Formats: sequence, structure tokens, C-alpha cells
Amino acid sequence: MSRRGESALVGSLLGVIALLFLAPLLWLLTAAFDAEAPLSAAVPQRFTLENFEQVLDWETTIRPLWNGLLLSGGAALISVLAAVLCAYPLSRYRSRFRRPFLYTVLFATGLPITAVMVPVYSMFVRLDLVDSMFGTTLFLAATSLPVAIWMTKNFMDGVPISLEEAAWVDGASAMQALRSVVLPLIVPGMGVVGIFTFINAWGNFFVPFVLLLDPAKQPASVGVFAFFGQGGLIAYGQLAAFSILYTAPVIGLYLLVSRSLGGAFTLTGAIK
Amino acid sequence: MRGAVLSRWLLPMAPAVLLLGLFVAGPILWSGYVSFTNAALTGAAATSPDFVGLENFRRLFADPALWHSAWLTVVFTVGSAVIGQNGLGLLIAVLTRHRNRVLRNAVGVSVVSAWVLPELVAAFALYAFLNPEGTLNALLGAVGLSQDWLFSAPLLAIVLGNAWRGTAFSMLVYQAALSEVPTELTEAAEVDGAGALRRFRHVTLPVIRRSVLTNLMLVTLQTLGVFTLIYVLTAGGPGDATQTLPLLMYDEAFELDEIGYGATISLVLLAVGALFAVVYARTLREEV
Repeated sequence: MSRRGESALVGSLLGVIALLFLAPLLWLLTAAFDAEAPLSAAVPQRFTLENFEQVLDWETTIRPLWNGLLLSGGAALISVLAAVLCAYPLSRYRSRFRRPFLYTVLFATGLPITAVMVPVYSMFVRLDLVDSMFGTTLFLAATSLPVAIWMTKNFMDGVPISLEEAAWVDGASAMQALRSVVLPLIVPGMGVVGIFTFINAWGNFFVPFVLLLDPAKQPASVGVFAFFGQGGLIAYGQLAAFSILYTAPVIGLYLLVSRSLGGAFTLTGAIK
Repeated sequence: MRGAVLSRWLLPMAPAVLLLGLFVAGPILWSGYVSFTNAALTGAAATSPDFVGLENFRRLFADPALWHSAWLTVVFTVGSAVIGQNGLGLLIAVLTRHRNRVLRNAVGVSVVSAWVLPELVAAFALYAFLNPEGTLNALLGAVGLSQDWLFSAPLLAIVLGNAWRGTAFSMLVYQAALSEVPTELTEAAEVDGAGALRRFRHVTLPVIRRSVLTNLMLVTLQTLGVFTLIYVLTAGGPGDATQTLPLLMYDEAFELDEIGYGATISLVLLAVGALFAVVYARTLREEV
């Protein structure tokens, strides 16, 4: 086959792949702006924002989004703080505990978290933490912590230790050196870790679904599901509109990360 | 010296170790304990569960539902992760290499958009797509192939659905890996007359071998735990046609109120995951 022929073939194959990946998403976009949305993607007969108006009230959308923000923001903050503190000695000092610890962390990044939901629920019952947003936040932070520690250590390893030596000579303690020398240099990296944790927690359905029973405490991920359970009659347009409102922050954060750090791959820095 | 250990290691690592110990290691150990009891959600067994020894394990391994679920999990994981996500991701990465920017970006955005969506929204979009009145049937209706996919081909539906959702990760991994393959190598092979397939097999593949291994490990681990996608699309049904281990675990623990039995299933799932995770950690050993 000629070069040009091969190139055209690959081009059209890629085009087909792109269309196949987009096809299931088209419905979300068309239904959200269609007052009488069907279940298949179709150009709205009458373009409207009614669906958005109807779902934009405190109970349907705003409270679930706010809860999601509290849970995911809290988890991201806790995870980043704990990861920075934990990664510093792992990156800077030698000890015979270092390797086993890093192994354990690496091992934990691979564990299927779904598998612990039953024991977590049972443990939360004993500790009286079911329906506690704080407990759920801590759990979400803990589950993303192994990856966060791993990524943070990689970022810290990139900062030459000679920079801190100057600070040590001036009498700074390790923690002072971490704060004044290392942290400013890895702020973008920590942003990535924080956003990564946030996106994961924001999209997580199973964890809040099991641990939070009170609708007033449930985040948007569980909120979407509530649309589904109302016995057959579903306003698909409203559901699509809600999905878009719930998805928008994640897309924004994703673009922020992939733009500032050159490619989505940085999100998965842990695997390299 | 002892003070140095305290301030250098123990204090800074304490928050992370505490969180991991309490919320990750804790539940794993706890499931070890609970699986030896008849703990339930309600009733007497909820407040004071009895120790039942190996009863849950004996029951579980004699339960045909476990073997059925284990088999479905294998089919789901191999189909959607190993062949689907991994294979398709590699194919897209290879095809988009050295293509023009516009095409490369268009493919990248469409594949990644299925991946960055919150899992429930993605599952939902798929549900609407596969519904009898959904987009797929609207397209296939013209050729008379429309049907209720979630009923007629539920396993295929979740396999393709998970491949659709997760391919972006493998694609990104392989795009990064391929960018590190020296062009001189492939060009030299081309001059020597090696065709595209041969070049890939003998030049590219050896260079990206490690990425292939770690990616296979990771997508397998992620897929073992998939719950939301299946729960939304088929809820394990029809019947038990798509009841993978996470769905079986959920049903036993929360629908049938048997926390102890559910915890036993979660131990099995964890054990399978741990096996893969050990291999994964070992392949990355030199990096520590």
C-alpha cells in the first residue's frame, strides 16, 4: 500500500474511534437543552434552558454540590498535608524502614478499594461514624493517600538537597527547611496531587453511597442516582442538565492540571 | 539519636500512618475478624455477632454463586481491561504517533472525555446509549439490529462500557511510553526493510515493555473493583448474568444484610487484588 493510502486509512480509522467514543456522550449534551428530551441523542426541537432552571434549587443541585465540595475539598486538603509531611523524610533521609514503607505504600496504591467497603461500613457502625461527613472525608483522604505520598515523594526527589543544606547551615530545622525551601518549589506539583484527590473524591459514588445515608449529607455523585430511583418516570432533560452541572467542575480542574503541567499524563505520575 | 528519629521520622509521618492504619489497614484486618462472625445489619446479630469460625468460608466456597461471580469477574477483567482498555489504548497510541496535531488532539479529547467524567455520569450516559430507546438503537434501527442490549447482551454491554470508560488511561500511558522510543531505531529498521508490524514487534515493544507490564497490572487492579458502572447498567442482572464479585459482595452485605458473609467475599476480592498488587510492586521495585 502506498504511504498516502496508509495514512488515509489510519486517519479514517482514528476518526471512527473518536466518533465511537463521543457517541454515548452526545445524549447528555442534547437532552440537557431539550424540554422533551428522549433517551437518544437528537437535535432539540426547541432549544431551552428550562431543564437547568428546574434543577437549580437548593435540595436538588446546590446542596449536593456543596456537600461534594466539602467532602472532596476536605479530602484533598488532608491528603496533601499528610502526604507532604510523610514524603519529606522518605525523600531526604535514609533508614532501614524506608524501603519496606515505600513498598507498602506502593502495594496499597494497587489495592481495590471497593473490596474494603463492607468492612469499612461495619467498622463505621462500631465507631458510630456512619452518616458522618467528617468520617467519610477522612476515609476518602486515606484512600487517596498512597498515590498522593508516592507522587509527592517523586516531586520532592526532584528538588536538589543542596538547597536545604544552605538553610540548615543557617540553623533552620528540617521542618523549617521543608516549609521555606522545598514547599515553594513543589507548589505546582502539590496542586496536581490536590486536584487529583479532589477529582477522585468528587466522582466517587460507592463510598458516599455506603457511608452517608441522610440525603441532606449526600454529595452530587449520589444525588444523580436519586433521579434514577423515582420509579420509571424520569425527566431525562433535567437529569442531563444536573449531570452537566455536576461534571463541569471536574472538567475545569482537569483542564487546569493538563494545561499547567503539559499533558494529562502527570495525573498518573505514580505509575512511571 | 532517639530524639532525631522522633522528630525526623515519627512526627512528620504520624498523620499519614494514622490515616492509612485506621482507614485502610484497619478495615482489612477488621474484615478478617468480621468474616469469622455472623454479623448482620439488623437484629441480634448486629449488636452482638457470634463467632462462627470458618463457617462463612465453608459456605462461601461451597456456594455456586461465588464461582459464577469469580468467572464473570475474570471474563469482565480480561475482556474490558486486558483486551479492551489495554489493547485499544495501545492501538490508539500507536496510530496517533507522528500524526498531525489536529487529528491527534481530536482523538485524544474524545477518548479522554469518557474517562474524566464522574463515574456515575459516565455510567448514566452509557445507560441511555444502550437503552431500547437510546442512541445506539436509533442508529442500528435502520439496519434492523435494534434490541434491548442490557437484556440481550448484558455481559458484552458492561465489557464494552468499561473499555469505553477506561481506555484513556492506557492511551495516555502508552503515548508517554512511545514518545521515549528513539525515532532513529524505528527508522533504521524501516531502512532495513522491516514492515510496520515487524518494527512494532521487534523495535517498539521491547522498549516499552515495562510500561506494558505496569499498565496491565494497574488496569487489572482497577477493573477488579469496578462497581458503579455495573450497578447502574445492569445491577448485576438480568438474574445473575453480570454479578461480578463486587456486586455479589454488595448484595450479600447490604441487600441480604449479611455483613459477615459479605466481609468474607471482600477478603477473597482483596486476596486476588493483593496478589496482583504484589506483582505490580515488584515490577516497580528498582524505583523505590
